[in-house]
Amino acid sequence: MNTICPDAEPALLCRGLRKIYEAGRGSGRKRAGAVLAVEGLDLTIARGECFGLLGPNGSGKTTTVEMLEGLLAPTGGEVKLLGMDWAHDESRLRERMGVALQETRLPEKLTVEEVLNLFRSFYQRPRPLQALLADVQLEEKRRAWVVKLSGGQRQRLAIACALVAEPEILFLDEPTTGLDPQSRRQIWGLVAAYRARGGTVLLTTHYMEEAQRLCDRVAILDRGRLIRLGTPAELIAGLGAEHVVELELEAGMGALDEATLRSLPTVTEVHLSGEGVWALAAVEPERAVPALRALLQERGQHLLRLGTRKATLEDVFVSLTGRALRDD
Amino acid sequence: MTEPQRPHPVVQLTLMRLREMMREPGALFWTFGFPVLLSVALGIAFRVKGPEPVVVGALPGVTVQARDALASGGVQVRPLDEAAAKAALRSGQVAVVLVPPARPGEPFTYGFDPARPEARLARATVDAILQKAAGRQDRLAVRDQEVSEPGSRYIDFLIPGLLAMNLMSGSMWGIGWVIVEMRVRKLLKRLLAAPMRRRHLLFAFGLSRLMVIPFEIALILIFARLVFGVQVAGSYAALVLVSLAGSASFAAIAILVASRAQNTQTVSGLMNLVMLPMFVLSGVFFSSTHFPEVTRPFISALPLTAMCDGMRAVMIDGAGLAGTLPYLAVLAAWGVVSFVLGLRWFRWG
Ligand SMILES: Nc1ncnc2c1ncn2[C@@H]1O[C@H](COP(=O)(O)OP(=O)(O)OP(=O)(O)O)[C@@H](O)[C@H]1O
Ligand SMILES: [Mg+2]
Repeated sequence: MNTICPDAEPALLCRGLRKIYEAGRGSGRKRAGAVLAVEGLDLTIARGECFGLLGPNGSGKTTTVEMLEGLLAPTGGEVKLLGMDWAHDESRLRERMGVALQETRLPEKLTVEEVLNLFRSFYQRPRPLQALLADVQLEEKRRAWVVKLSGGQRQRLAIACALVAEPEILFLDEPTTGLDPQSRRQIWGLVAAYRARGGTVLLTTHYMEEAQRLCDRVAILDRGRLIRLGTPAELIAGLGAEHVVELELEAGMGALDEATLRSLPTVTEVHLSGEGVWALAAVEPERAVPALRALLQERGQHLLRLGTRKATLEDVFVSLTGRALRDD
Repeated sequence: MTEPQRPHPVVQLTLMRLREMMREPGALFWTFGFPVLLSVALGIAFRVKGPEPVVVGALPGVTVQARDALASGGVQVRPLDEAAAKAALRSGQVAVVLVPPARPGEPFTYGFDPARPEARLARATVDAILQKAAGRQDRLAVRDQEVSEPGSRYIDFLIPGLLAMNLMSGSMWGIGWVIVEMRVRKLLKRLLAAPMRRRHLLFAFGLSRLMVIPFEIALILIFARLVFGVQVAGSYAALVLVSLAGSASFAAIAILVASRAQNTQTVSGLMNLVMLPMFVLSGVFFSSTHFPEVTRPFISALPLTAMCDGMRAVMIDGAGLAGTLPYLAVLAAWGVVSFVLGLRWFRWG
């Protein structure tokens, strides 16, 4: 674990960040469809920290990140990055940060090393090609066209482009969405190695496991607003219970109601998902589960499935919004 | 391993464009293969042929002597009945129908459409042969001299037009379409997220076109020279200047057209909207002097007209640098205005 120094100047700071997309992009219609994408966001990210922005589709993660990256003009609010601001220090800032956008399609018919050399040419002090290739484990693919790479390899190349000049802060917008578990772990490894060298990371994700593993702190966004901020452990503790009991009744076994389930011992939260699965947050599942079994026996209802697991950030999100984090 | 010197971003960006083009068979075909194929097809379709034989239809009753006299005069005679003759006349298979006198002593009748030049020509030819066979004497002594000036054939007119058209499409697709593709792929945004200077990217677009243009010109010129004997009457320097000015002007128009388009369908629609009318009006394939007089100033102000006319001034009329100035002025005006507006409206994201 590297050191986070909260007292020193933060790597990133934003106050009252807002974005309204004016209507009429593409179409000629007037104003009717203006979208309030980010609504007054305050964030402070310390140097050396890995900070996660969590939220469902359309919650404003990309909009936020692109405003912080100086690629999108905020409607309001201020951003300070590495102690500088976009209006005055754009070229210096660009030298010192790395960006992987959500889904960039790099030139398909260039080879891996041609792409890296292209990006290296933009920086004053690029790292050696060899070191970059080694970092992202693409040495064998150096002469392969981008179009011939797998999804995971492409994503690693995108991250290598962000790491070309050993940035002080790295922005990753959904770095692992759509990747298989192995590729995902490789990318987590890259992020960990970069942090071990002292880097600061801001990443967005809708994978809770990713946030829990990588991030020192996470901010949960919903509809452009910050609804919770803290370490993963703090947020889970905020649920009031560390365990989740999930159950599903056999078809045609009647219904359960929220009040009954909430009255079970040590249960603090109850949530029914769209698929008919009940999730109960329980402080002591070893007391809640026997009580639940007794209740069902009494009513003659049979279980299709019953399981206990540790609470995750996903549960935090569900309990905060009543909605699941991912709709895919 | 020692790292090579850090290359300049303009070099890397230009290499990116050139590599993408060279590795894309479709792009290569449209840039190099298509204009050559087009000039072959049109060159063959409009090649200078030997004189067309005159074909006449003869209704039953035309005498053998008359038919023999026509045949020995180089006229093809087709015996036809009345209905078939009418159909053949309508479709242009025969130019004249010969109707024998109904009773001896009455005149021969020539059936033909006087609106067709080749029909009038055929009537005169047939009449001259029949009159001569009937004993007419020519009073005036004449001699024919056959002439075919280089530079006056259709292919000589066509090649400068094709050259202009090809340079226009090259700039429009090679810059306009590519910009929008990069925008759609978020590559423009990604490049801007790095410390890349915008002018370096624009510079690289220009430079990569500049590297390809000489090959485009040389290929068409050499091909036209070898296959059709097309010559450049004026100065090569003037030709290169017109080509560069035209390409630059269309590059600027491409930037303008691509400045806001959010997808490739939009930009290809817009580019066709710009280019198709000029294909027709600017006289690539046929002289624009066929259009009514009032439209002439408007047509001459079009950039493709300026490029076509400039090319023709050099290749056919032998113009030097000075002779191309009016055309260069038109191209420069389009280029500057489009570039300024294009940059003002340009969306990177
Ligand atoms: N260019 C745009 N014009 C108009 N509305 C936009 C634009 N970009 C995003 N939005 C809207 O703004 C809101 C936030 O979008 P954003 O892309 O920031 O969400 P996100 O959290 O990154 O979602 P995802 O997880 O799907 O990437 C959405 O409602 C989206 O529809
Ligand atoms: Mg996003």
